[in-house]
Amino acid sequence: MNLSHLSRALLLAAGFGTVGAALADSGRAMPRAVPPAYTAECASCHTAYPPGMLPARSWQRIMAGLDRHYGTDASLDAATVQQIGSWLQTHAGTYKRVAEEPPQDRITRSAWFVRKHDDIEPAVWKLPSVKSAANCAACHTGADQGRFDDDHLRMPAGLSLRQRWAWFD
Amino acid sequence: MKHRLIPSLVLGAVLAAGLTGLAQAGDTTPAQQLARWSAEAGAPGNATRGQNFFNSRHGGEWSCASCHGQPPTAEGKHANTGKAIAPLAPAFNAKAFTDTAKVDKWFRRNCKDVLARECSAAEKADVLAYLNHLK
Repeated sequence: MNLSHLSRALLLAAGFGTVGAALADSGRAMPRAVPPAYTAECASCHTAYPPGMLPARSWQRIMAGLDRHYGTDASLDAATVQQIGSWLQTHAGTYKRVAEEPPQDRITRSAWFVRKHDDIEPAVWKLPSVKSAANCAACHTGADQGRFDDDHLRMPAGLSLRQRWAWFD
Repeated sequence: MKHRLIPSLVLGAVLAAGLTGLAQAGDTTPAQQLARWSAEAGAPGNATRGQNFFNSRHGGEWSCASCHGQPPTAEGKHANTGKAIAPLAPAFNAKAFTDTAKVDKWFRRNCKDVLARECSAAEKADVLAYLNHLK
């Protein structure tokens, strides 16, 4: 195989990879290019939530109110706010179930989120290994990469036997 | 073929060097940060005072240790979200306190969470003295 064949094959492979990622789980996966600022500033404290999980209006409000960010002052310099904010706007959710702006702009209050998790007992969310519904990675091991399919699930520590049985329902 | 390969090797080396530089940031050291805050406070940081400060709740809900652990020599866990936090003590994390902008940003942000105000230079000097002596 000469170089031009090789590079064409690589380009093709990359192209298929993009299509695959876009189709995965209704387009809610993480965009390929994540700004380092998003990882450093947002994902230091919580899951790197895929932008597609909230509509553009919700992200706009969140980025405009970082000094009152769910009980903490997460304010950033204007250039970083602009950089992260425009990336969030570009990749915000447009799929019909994400078009709804959830209460307090919380992903975990979205109707689709509540429905997806309605089999989980309230006590499970309060386990020390879980702490909060915002801690996606307690069960979704691929959360920071935007992988939320059932293949990347794990049981959080501390489930009762009954809860472990319910896991497989 | 050879003449096309060499430039890409050079490019690769340059990129790798650039990335390494970024990953380490490295415009300061934990010792320099201790010296910086001690100078600003006009007195050397004190490790025992720093340990007390680090483990106290200061009238609020959290201490520094709530997220960073006690002692902060292993991976911590965000008290609210459960997100993993790299060890804070420099002997257990080569990247800790090696980037001035990060040091300033996280002191500002986290002091507000714990004390509902920014920390003084003397408090930062004490915390650095405590963290630097953990081995």
